[in-house]
Amino acid sequence: MEDKIVKTMTRMLLPFIQLYGIFIILNGHISPGGGFAGGAMIGTSLILYTIVFGLPKARKKFSHRAAEFMESGGLILYVAIGLIALIFGLPFLTNIEAGFSLGEPGKIFSAGMIPIIMIGIGIKVFSTMVSLFHILIEEEIS
Amino acid sequence: MKRHITNAFFIILFILLCYAVYEMPIDHTTDAPSYNEVVNHYIEQGLNDTGATNIVAAIMTDYRGFDTLGETIVLFSSIVAAASVLRPSKKKEEVDEHGR
Repeated sequence: MEDKIVKTMTRMLLPFIQLYGIFIILNGHISPGGGFAGGAMIGTSLILYTIVFGLPKARKKFSHRAAEFMESGGLILYVAIGLIALIFGLPFLTNIEAGFSLGEPGKIFSAGMIPIIMIGIGIKVFSTMVSLFHILIEEEIS
Repeated sequence: MKRHITNAFFIILFILLCYAVYEMPIDHTTDAPSYNEVVNHYIEQGLNDTGATNIVAAIMTDYRGFDTLGETIVLFSSIVAAASVLRPSKKKEEVDEHGR
């Protein structure tokens, strides 16, 4: 897209969109939001980048290799957190009884494994959205 | 003929579903099947059990954590399926030379 206004506005707005997405993910256990909503926000920001600046430039920001890494990484993080409970002889994905600290309700570092799982879900949703968009748009160009 | 059968089928289905809507509990009584002790437990004990003030997050990732894991796996398998079908392979140029 060869539009100066759109390019400048995108460049200015992108950090704020991504920051808000990260805020939504990290506050998932305190306020409405969570991994799915925040991941969708960050994913949408990179889709906007792809639309405005084109696929070759977006590939430098988010390559196939990064997509593969984050795709599996989010899921592995989730499963690894769940497996910690098995060490203590408890059911899969046990939260407080498995040694995660309860913390003070309302603070970021509280609620045991919930924030970590939210980060995993956020990474997963973000990379799924962006790489699906890239795969589809790649087919269109070639 | 086929079309009439389809239309008749959908009309019958429509009447059946309308009847089903009237069978639903209208006044929010305590006999509704979805209202059981689980709801009260989540509301009263959710903060003590999980430490999360957002009860939706507590249900989603703690009480129903295995469900959300399945949801995440659905995302993973969808991207794997789409990539395996649509992602252009490295041998594409060779295929083009020999004609598709």
